[in-house]
Amino acid sequence: MAHEHVSRPVLRLSLLGTWDVLVVVVLALVILACSVLVEGFATARFWGFLLLDVIPIALLALPMTLLIITGEIDLSVASVLGLTSAVIGQLWASGVPMAAALPLGILLGALLGAVNGLFVAEFGLPSLAVTIGTLALYRGLAYVVLGDRAVADFPFDWTGGAIAPLPGTTVPWFVLVLGLLAVVFGVVLHATPIGRGLYAMGNNVEAAVFAGISVARTKFWLYVVTGAVSALAGVFWTLRYASARADNGAGLELAVVAAVLLGGVSIFGGRGTLIGVLAGVFLLTSLRNALQLADVPADTLTVVTGALLIVSVVGPNVVDMVRTTMHRRRLALSVGASSTGSAPGLAGSTASRSSQHIVNEGDEP
Amino acid sequence: MRGVRAARVRMGAAVVAVAALVLAGCASEQDGGTPSTGGGGGDEAPAGSIKEGLNIAFLPKQVNNPYFTVADNGGKEAVEEFKGSYKQVGPSEASASSQVSYINTLTQQGTDVIVVSANDPNAICGALNQARQAGTKVVTFDSDTNPECRDLFVNQATAEGIAQIQVKLISDQIGGEGKIAILSATPNATNQNTWIDLMKKELEKPEYEGIELVTVAYGNDDDQKSFQETQGLLRSYPDLKGIISPTTVGIAAAARYLSGSEYKGEVALTGLGTPNQMREYIKDGTVESFALWNPADLGYLAAYAGAALASGVIGGEEGDTFTAGKLGEYTVGPNGEVVLGPPTVFDASNIDDFDF
Repeated sequence: MAHEHVSRPVLRLSLLGTWDVLVVVVLALVILACSVLVEGFATARFWGFLLLDVIPIALLALPMTLLIITGEIDLSVASVLGLTSAVIGQLWASGVPMAAALPLGILLGALLGAVNGLFVAEFGLPSLAVTIGTLALYRGLAYVVLGDRAVADFPFDWTGGAIAPLPGTTVPWFVLVLGLLAVVFGVVLHATPIGRGLYAMGNNVEAAVFAGISVARTKFWLYVVTGAVSALAGVFWTLRYASARADNGAGLELAVVAAVLLGGVSIFGGRGTLIGVLAGVFLLTSLRNALQLADVPADTLTVVTGALLIVSVVGPNVVDMVRTTMHRRRLALSVGASSTGSAPGLAGSTASRSSQHIVNEGDEP
Repeated sequence: MRGVRAARVRMGAAVVAVAALVLAGCASEQDGGTPSTGGGGGDEAPAGSIKEGLNIAFLPKQVNNPYFTVADNGGKEAVEEFKGSYKQVGPSEASASSQVSYINTLTQQGTDVIVVSANDPNAICGALNQARQAGTKVVTFDSDTNPECRDLFVNQATAEGIAQIQVKLISDQIGGEGKIAILSATPNATNQNTWIDLMKKELEKPEYEGIELVTVAYGNDDDQKSFQETQGLLRSYPDLKGIISPTTVGIAAAARYLSGSEYKGEVALTGLGTPNQMREYIKDGTVESFALWNPADLGYLAAYAGAALASGVIGGEEGDTFTAGKLGEYTVGPNGEVVLGPPTVFDASNIDDFDF
């Protein structure tokens, strides 16, 4: 964390003010509130449906988190999903069995990711520009492959199998795949030298290079993984909706980036946790589904999503500002040897200025 | 480092919290797994009549599309007549996957009848069948799904009738000769694609041999995209004589482009539009005539068809008959289809008689 070097009171402050923890808390509150207020929310059936909606977004969010932490981004994920879906459909329509078409789809995704990686990591081009380009390019290719057709005659064993619940529950078994991947990504990010390297490149790429991290190679493989996971999401999407179409998942990249930012990952890189992102995905999806269950019109839902995105960008900055102010204040105070510590500012409030006035109220939360 | 340990503890706590909540959500209502049947249910009505208190939900391709607003309001009128409760839900963008989550929601709410216009004939199939297993009756209108995923399809007009009228109108307007183009909705729209195929067949008839269909453009039922596609068509084919747009969003956008361009009155435009959207273009001479069924009647009929199913008046078999209020008696045809009737042609002489 950014403030590891500072002493205790500020540490406690950062604990309270960390955005990802706040998102988890808000998620918990939303779930509790909806369980009480929205009829049909606290049912096994609702959660079964909700998890089906969560899976593709969460899948895409996993590698996206790592990418954004390195200071890069991949906006082409939903287009990779769509192109994979179209290619799988085309393969199946021309007689390739599913057991071969699906792995081929994932291989294709890795290849598409490698193209992004080549431009960004090897040629050093800005990832925003490159992946906006491939966003359009891959989607366009999907239309080239499948045109205006939809391939829908997939065998039910596969389409029904993909969304089948775990025995005795309504939880789709694919959640296990998501869970496994989340653990792998979480461990890599938070408990390995690779993960520390990702944060290092996001914070200061020159320093990372001097520290001996192979920035280009890491980023390249990160894009390959992103492509492969996006393709896996494409496989799930195709089977879930039993329909391979060129427009599958169009616009999904926005939901993914929104969830990642809402989860507390800094768009400038170097900061964020996977648990925050998963909470962000759940928060956005469950809020959306709950409001839908409460018969809130679609336009309002869009407004809510947009507002949450703004909050997610502004919020951490406000928290940061509060923390910096407090930190400076504390340093000033300890230099003057006057007070004991600083008061925790409440995250999310517009406390950046008012925090000046609550410094001496005490050091307990 | 304390910070690292604190971060781990924090993360661990967060994981546990989320897991607990998810489990709580899943476990707290195992009994919730069984669907609540028939929200209103209503009193047992005598055979052959519609029950009161039915919950009827309209799920259009997208909300805030003027066409579906009118159709759904027709449905609302019908639902009020037979004293049910009406609601309209739906996505703000016309995509298949977004309809699925609305169908899931309606299933959880124990809706008696879902009246849906499908963005994709297959993608919503699974969700609809889950709804039907939970006791909901499914009526498609405007755009059908696969027949095995619904109980009835209320067809606005036979596809042949729609294709014929549009080809006839454009032929009359361009004098039976020249290049034409089609401006459609999304590339996967079920009904548009059927009509386009039939229009192509219709154009092969000897009386239309002077007409050449040069391309089909897709405006995705998006006003701006349709506007740009119209512009693109006229740029790519400078000798284009006419455009058929079998979608209300497309024809209005195309008319707006034409009326503000040098092609006004030169390039003919027809297709399927609503009188309110097209009135000014009929009056300013951009458009001579266009066609449509009355969408309010379509929604009205679909609501009655759904209510008749949910009340057990009909089972959805071929030959079943039911009375749809002011529209009179209808018979279920092959494949569980009910046809509304022939389309109406709107021009300067009659457009002021309609308000939708």
